Amino acid sequence: MRKPFFIILALLGGFVAAFAEAPQAIIARAAVAKSEKTQGEILTELMGNADDSILPLLDAWRKDRLFLYDAPGMPPVVVLLQGAKDAKGAQQASDILTGKSLAVRLVADDLNAVPHSANLRRIMKAVLDLTDLSSANPAKKLGAIAAIGQGQQIEKLPALEKRLAVETDPQALKALREALALVRLRSSDATIKLSALKELEAQQSLASTDFIKTVIKDATAAKDDKLVAAARSALQAVERHRTVVDFGGTLFRSLSLGSILIIVALGLAITFGLMGVINMAHGEMIAIGAYTTYVVQNVFANGLALSPFGFSLSLPGLHTTGWWRESYFLFALPLSFLVAAAAGILLERSVIRFLYRRPLESLLATWGVSLLLQQLLRLTFGANNVQVGSPAYLSGNWVVADILLGWNRVFVIGFATLIVIGVWLVLTRTSVGLLIRSVTQNRSMAACMGVRTERVNMLTFALGSGLAGLAGAFLSQIGNVGPSLGQSYVVDSFMVVVVGGVGDLIGTVISGLGIGSFDQFTQQYSPTVAGALANVPFVGGALQNLAQDSAVFGKILVLCVIILFLQWRPSGLFAARSRSLD
Amino acid sequence: MASSEKYVPPAPLSDTTVALLVFTVGAVLIMPTLDSFGVIDHFTLNLWGKYLCYALLALSVNLLWGGTGLLSLGQALFFALGGYMHGMYLMRMIGDQGQYHKPLPDFLVFLGWTELPGFWKPFEHFSFAMLMVFLLPGVIAGIFGWLAFRSRIKGVYFSILTQALTYAGALIFFRNNTLMGGNNGFTDFKSELGFALREPSTQRGLFIATAVVLIGVVVFLRWLEGTKFGLVQRAIRDGENRTLFSGYATPTFKLFLFVLAALIAAIGGALYVPQVGIINPSDMTPEKSLEAIVWVAVGGRGTLFGPILGAVFVNMLKSYATRAIPDLWLILLGGLFLLVVLFLPGGLISLPAKLRALWQRFRPNSNPVNAA
Repeated sequence: MRKPFFIILALLGGFVAAFAEAPQAIIARAAVAKSEKTQGEILTELMGNADDSILPLLDAWRKDRLFLYDAPGMPPVVVLLQGAKDAKGAQQASDILTGKSLAVRLVADDLNAVPHSANLRRIMKAVLDLTDLSSANPAKKLGAIAAIGQGQQIEKLPALEKRLAVETDPQALKALREALALVRLRSSDATIKLSALKELEAQQSLASTDFIKTVIKDATAAKDDKLVAAARSALQAVERHRTVVDFGGTLFRSLSLGSILIIVALGLAITFGLMGVINMAHGEMIAIGAYTTYVVQNVFANGLALSPFGFSLSLPGLHTTGWWRESYFLFALPLSFLVAAAAGILLERSVIRFLYRRPLESLLATWGVSLLLQQLLRLTFGANNVQVGSPAYLSGNWVVADILLGWNRVFVIGFATLIVIGVWLVLTRTSVGLLIRSVTQNRSMAACMGVRTERVNMLTFALGSGLAGLAGAFLSQIGNVGPSLGQSYVVDSFMVVVVGGVGDLIGTVISGLGIGSFDQFTQQYSPTVAGALANVPFVGGALQNLAQDSAVFGKILVLCVIILFLQWRPSGLFAARSRSLD
Repeated sequence: MASSEKYVPPAPLSDTTVALLVFTVGAVLIMPTLDSFGVIDHFTLNLWGKYLCYALLALSVNLLWGGTGLLSLGQALFFALGGYMHGMYLMRMIGDQGQYHKPLPDFLVFLGWTELPGFWKPFEHFSFAMLMVFLLPGVIAGIFGWLAFRSRIKGVYFSILTQALTYAGALIFFRNNTLMGGNNGFTDFKSELGFALREPSTQRGLFIATAVVLIGVVVFLRWLEGTKFGLVQRAIRDGENRTLFSGYATPTFKLFLFVLAALIAAIGGALYVPQVGIINPSDMTPEKSLEAIVWVAVGGRGTLFGPILGAVFVNMLKSYATRAIPDLWLILLGGLFLLVVLFLPGGLISLPAKLRALWQRFRPNSNPVNAA
């Protein structure tokens, strides 16, 4: 039963394809048309046509490079002059209808350029705008669709409708429907408006808020109750959706910030747990990792010239291209771990091992080291931030249910998961991990059982510093790399360690995620609660003032919550249990 | 408590008393006199005034770290808060002599304010500003200390939390909307109590005031050290749990000391502002606190004059080094700190004794060591 129908359809398709006029032909016909009005009408036929040849031809027309050539004994031909002029000023001419070059070379001054009025140019522009609608580049297409919708360009309604009929890409289809509905809101017909509102309500289009509000205003003025009600309900649906999207986005950002905090704090938690040493130079270990990535990147590209302390040092470049250059990061990761771990061993052997019995002083000594390292980095690599390009595969994003998921943030989360699992495996499944745990739990007992605690200290410090290096490699992909890179994370990572406690890895994970989420959620919602805060006695005004700066407010609230949290659990979520008392 | 063994204070005219006398005469009498006769220039006197303010900050750090074993990274916050409170008075005293010739501080005009915000109003009274110099840091230290000590947060945890507190303070003051001058803070002061600040005689007066306050604080701390309170304080430093189990409410003692130290730092800050002529949030960062800790460590923690010595010495070095070898200054500071922590835990003030010991070890033929 269905077969004949298909045949008819196929025939019809073939017919349309065969008889549809080529855009070159339309343009040529328009160029020779008698009146400007006819020219305009002919050009309008191009609306919605996506052919690639339209743009260069219309462009040539607008720029006076399209000419009429009257060959003797022939009808006038529309030609395009291009190429270098020769001694006589003649250029190569091609017939736009066939695209073939003419046998004769022509001089522009001898010919009449095809005229164009302001009105014609306007039509050409409209045509070109609409060609974007059918562009092969999806981003360009979506941009063009959104622009029409946002501009509520009612004159382009037919083009949108035409496009909707042939569009196959689901994303573009959705955008088209949204744009159509937005444009139709300007329609004078109430039923069309109503159906547009229904469509927007069904789509929960976030972009439509302001337009729906305009409709409500106009309809209220015109006392059109039905329209007002429909618009209100559409607005409500959109707002509901916005709440969900905001929440989802905040959740996602929380997760990624939490992951960053975990990555940064993990090494610190390990060294602190094992040795009771707060390593203030942890931030510089991060910076060392980031700079290692920078060096590796440059070695993969064109090399690097450094001049620390007036010595000149130049690293040769491998001049890799394409896939190899993109893959530099895979080499940078292990290298930054190793370099930072080596720096950690150096630090442990030269400074920290003398201070195990004096934790406060080790904090101070490592601060001294941090100053030293920071300045050394500054003298080696310069005080300004350096550029670390992130590979192309980190710079896109996904949109899931209107929530923007940046690939770099997704990458952060994945990376943190891998590192946490890796560290957990090292600590629980390897012999080194066994030694580390034994020394953490009871140093003297471990020493009695023959564990060489000195060596374990060194290894642990290397592990902690190496993890900082990894964090640095990773941070270089999502932010700037400068000598004080680590400083901006160091206070936060201390907080994570303090809240998480040093007894268990999971403490760091929970506290990192907790602090990350708390920070992001306060940032997202503090403007909303700012008004309510004004009612707090005595300090209400100050709180309201502060809540307007959501980033600062978030950080300060985090601090307050941490202090209150420590009232309840003074040594963090997971404390190392011990009966000893100093 | 049960045994009331009395602590015997050191005999009068000890080394400390002599040092104090020398210091008093030097700071209060000789330097300003030399200045008024033009022997040392105003700039030098002003610089030394700054050092003495830093010495107050160092004393505050030392009271906690050297005396009680609490390493606070928050003293710069209290120092800066004291400075800001005095600074608000000084800003009001500019009157309409600012850039915009409005009766408001310039930065408020710049932010579009036409009327003074409410909390600025009382600061035109010197007495109110002085009250706030003590009140604000005192209250913040009180609340924070109460929370921290009652949950028995100590050691490295205490350091980290005070660091975060300072960091949060700096974040608040960096905002323009806090209406405290934002990034640039307060500057361009004109007069204090009717005296023009640019007059050398005013500066001389401020220097003498700083020196007198410093001496007062030293005497007070010296006295406190000799009381039973001082004894408990040291007991907390050397073994907090034992002190607690002996029946002393160590959190209360620590809270008192924390607030006291905050007040000393705040006085230092309040005296610092009119002499240096500027206060901004960069004085409030954890790094500043750590710098003050360097002074104490370099000078000699746990002693009365070590912190003062350290503050003056390190800052003289800084004044010299940041001009002569700006690139290497941080390396010098970090290295100095590292060396002191590793090899000279007693600081510079313990150097003579160490050298004496060394000298005697390498001259075994000389007279036997005098045990006294």
